[in-house]
This record gives sequence, structure tokens and C-alpha cells, in this order.
Amino acid sequence: MFSLGENAVTVELGDAISEDLNRRAIALSHDLAERPFAGFVEAVPSYASVTAFFDVAAVRRANPWTSSACEVVRAEMESRLAALEPCVVSEEPRTVEVLVDFSEGPDLEMAAASCGISVPEFIEIFTARPYRVFMIGFQPGFAYMGQINECISLPRLATPRLRVPKGSVGIAGRQTGIYPFDSPGGWQLIGRTDVELFRPLEDPPTLFKPGDMCRFVDVGG
Amino acid sequence: MSIRIEKAGLAASVQDLGRVGHRSLGIGPGGVMDRAAAELINILLGNERDAAVVEMHFPACDVVFENDALFAIGGADFGAELDGEKVGRWRVLRATADSKLCFEERVKGARVYLSVRGGLDADEWLGSRSTNFAAELGGVSGRFLRDRDVIKFAGEADGEFRKSMVISRSLLPIYSSFPTVRITSGSEMDRLTSDGRAAFLETPFDLTNDSNRLGFRLKGEPLSIDGEVEILSSAVAAGTIQLLPDGQLVVLMADHQTTGGYPRLGHVASVDLPLMAQLAPGDKVGFHLISVEQAEDLAMERELELNKLEAACKFAW
Repeated sequence: MFSLGENAVTVELGDAISEDLNRRAIALSHDLAERPFAGFVEAVPSYASVTAFFDVAAVRRANPWTSSACEVVRAEMESRLAALEPCVVSEEPRTVEVLVDFSEGPDLEMAAASCGISVPEFIEIFTARPYRVFMIGFQPGFAYMGQINECISLPRLATPRLRVPKGSVGIAGRQTGIYPFDSPGGWQLIGRTDVELFRPLEDPPTLFKPGDMCRFVDVGG
Repeated sequence: MSIRIEKAGLAASVQDLGRVGHRSLGIGPGGVMDRAAAELINILLGNERDAAVVEMHFPACDVVFENDALFAIGGADFGAELDGEKVGRWRVLRATADSKLCFEERVKGARVYLSVRGGLDADEWLGSRSTNFAAELGGVSGRFLRDRDVIKFAGEADGEFRKSMVISRSLLPIYSSFPTVRITSGSEMDRLTSDGRAAFLETPFDLTNDSNRLGFRLKGEPLSIDGEVEILSSAVAAGTIQLLPDGQLVVLMADHQTTGGYPRLGHVASVDLPLMAQLAPGDKVGFHLISVEQAEDLAMERELELNKLEAACKFAW
């Protein structure tokens, strides 16, 4: 557990990309949002941690005997985490299907060659399993998903592209993700989708939220 | 009831104190870079602290008041003139219809703020009028201001006031082109080599041209970390100081990404973030380590001062 400045505390549940750690992180984040402590602002789950943002003055007002709002929040996070462990509900996650055009993946051929397989084999392995949305970051609605089969994992590009087109499906290590906007980016691009990841006037404003599942479907397949 | 941007300046936009509650979807708070400046002039004008304001860089906009209005400017000193007469910062000023506000020279600081009594009206998205450039929403069509943009007033901007309404000097941020800003330690600070730690806390860093509302890239003695550090991406915040692979630092600012995976060396105390926000390329900054409790105490003191000012201003209006 560590402070992220004086108005946020991060609790780390581990240091690996694992579904179990991520499930606990999201559960703790939901718990904080549903039963906010006095001064709570918002919680952000990531792969294996949760950050709680809070209003220092409001936490101190609610805990007049304390000399540190961070200490109050740390204790709060610790006790909630302990209470959470036995009763993490394995709620059926929402699955979102995403149609991908693999003819629009500028790095796909090279990627398949570097893995020693054909392009159709690469696509088959990539679309074979659904992926978990571990966290959202980088840009509004950018979902960090995984984990892809080790045999098709790809390193980031040595020189990031200055412009990756919106809807591009990328791979970095064993993670995959979809660019919600035209933007710079260093992931290897294997396909493209028309689906809108960011839908600002809807509630919620993003297609994915942490904990969702994503299934990629080959439009050509 | 509006102002008109007669000539758009560099990267000017409408901002408020930002939108909260959406970081988990990758939507950061955004908002003004110099929170102290925006809060102070809004309190002075009797507005809510989070009323929308115009944030401008140098060269700033030429702004025409289309109606009589009370207004205030704060933040950087850009040599403000109203119809050719010099006007001061941090005080209530009166503009008559068609009067023009210009900024003649960059004397000190990097960002100037303009607020009108009653606040500005602009596009609202997820509870905030701040301009979000990634989403292209909020503020004026989610973009920087352009020539001939018109921004309406949210309330009655004219009225009676006392000429003496000025913010006392003791409440103003002490801007400098080489400030020492107070930081709390980041989770990877103790991984720095001993030379790295000394350089981080004892040598100055230059603000490079690669600095904007997303973050400030600094240049100084390259820092290094003992051994390999693999960090899983997790939440970051405005003021987070990250160590990049080339040994240089980036300080995340208002429009930062919500998550990051670089080592976190420190976090600028929120009371000193306005000092960072007023740095321009070529300026320098030094870091001074304090405890989280000290940073909290500073934030509390600031909050009490602002509450007192708010009560006094409400009474005066």
C-alpha cells in the first residue's frame, strides 16, 4: 500500500497479470464506490491494484482525531480488503463481441511470420479465446485486455507510430487492446474494427468497463 | 451577455476544476492547470469555486466584452490592458460593452485566467465544462478557442462592487521561474541509486519545450534505478513524477492519462502544483521532499484560508 500524493492511496494485491488478482481489485473498487467512506472521491482498479482518491479535508473532518487522512484511508482499504476475500462473488461477466477486419492490420503478416505460423493460423489462435478487460486507461475507453496465447505474443514497436487509426486492434506482450481514437501508439496492429469504444453521450460513456469479457470475431471468417 | 474572442491566442480553452468520477473508464479529471488562480478569482467574484474560466497561454487572446461585466484575472502576469489602460490581477474589474482586454507581454508565469461574475457558460459533459481534447467535448466544442468564438455568461455578470475588492497578497501563490516545489515520495523513489536520489532532490531540472497540458518533460542529470523494475500499469495523478527509460523525468499535469507504468519517484504536493503550472519552457524547478502528513497539513491550511476568503467575499458582495 502506498500514497499517490496526499489525496490518493493505492493498495497492491500482487504484481502479476492474473484474473484472480484483477477480480479482487475490481470487487474492492466496486465496494468503495457502493459504500463510499466520508471524503471518498473515486476508485480506479488496475491489473492488480486499486487506487482510492479522496478529499483530504473531508476525510479529516470526518475523523477529527487523526493526524493523517492517508492513514485513515489506508486502514479503511485494508479492512475492506480483508472483509472482501471470502465473499468475492463470481458474477457472470458481460461478454461483448467485436467484429474485426484482419485485412486491415499492417503488422499482421510480419507478426505471423515472426511467430512461425500462417496468417489464418494467427487469426485462429487470436480469436479462439475471449479476453478479460483488466483495466481502462491510456485514453477514454481504451481497454487493456488479455491474456493472449503466449505463442502469438508480440513486443511493442521499437519506434511507436505517430498516428494509429481509430479502431485498430493491437498487441503488446500478452495484452491486446483497441484504439478508441486516432492517436500515437506503439502496439503491433493486427486488424481493425468499426465498433465505437467511446460513446460520450451514453451512460456509461465507454463500450467496456473493467471486468467485462471481449470476444473477437473475424469478419472474413 | 457574452465575451467574444477577437483574436485567439495560443492554446486557450475553457476550463473549470475538472470532472471527477470517471477515471476508471480512462476519462481523467482535466480542468485548469493552476487551480489556485481559478479558485481565487472565482471566490473574489462571488462565484462557485468551480465556475468555468478561460485559460490562456502567451500570446493570449484579445477578448471583447459584448456587455457590461465585472471580471477578474489571475495567474500569470501577461501585462493585461483594458482598452489600453493597464489593469491588475487578483481584483474585481469592470468592463463596459465593447471594451477590449489584451495581454501585451509575458512578465511572469505561463498561464493567465479570466473569470466573469457569475461564471462562463460552455458545453458541459459529465458534470464539467472543462475542455477534454481527447474526447473533443466540453468547453467550446471540445477544442481550443478560435477567432470569433463567443462565450456566454452563466449568470448576471454586471452589478455593484467595491473598488477595494482585492485578494490579499498573503493568499497569492508565489510564482517563480525557478521554484522549489514540495513533493511526497513516490512508490519507486527508494529504488533510485544513491547518486540518483541525490540528483533528484538536490539538483535543478529544466522544463523542456516538450511540455503541455498533459505533462512537463524535464531535463536534468539522468537518474537511474537499481536493478530491473517491472511495473504493472496502475492509476497516476496530476503531479505524479515519473522516471522515463532515458533517465529523464515527466511531471503529469491536468490532462494526464489515467494510468501509467513508469516508476513513480514522487508526487507534487497539491498546494505547489500551481507553481508547477506557471512554469514555461526554459524555466527551472527543484524538488524538496516532505512527508504525506505535511502535505496534508498544507492542503488543510490552504482550505481554511480559502474558506475564510470565501466567507469574506460573500459578505462583501
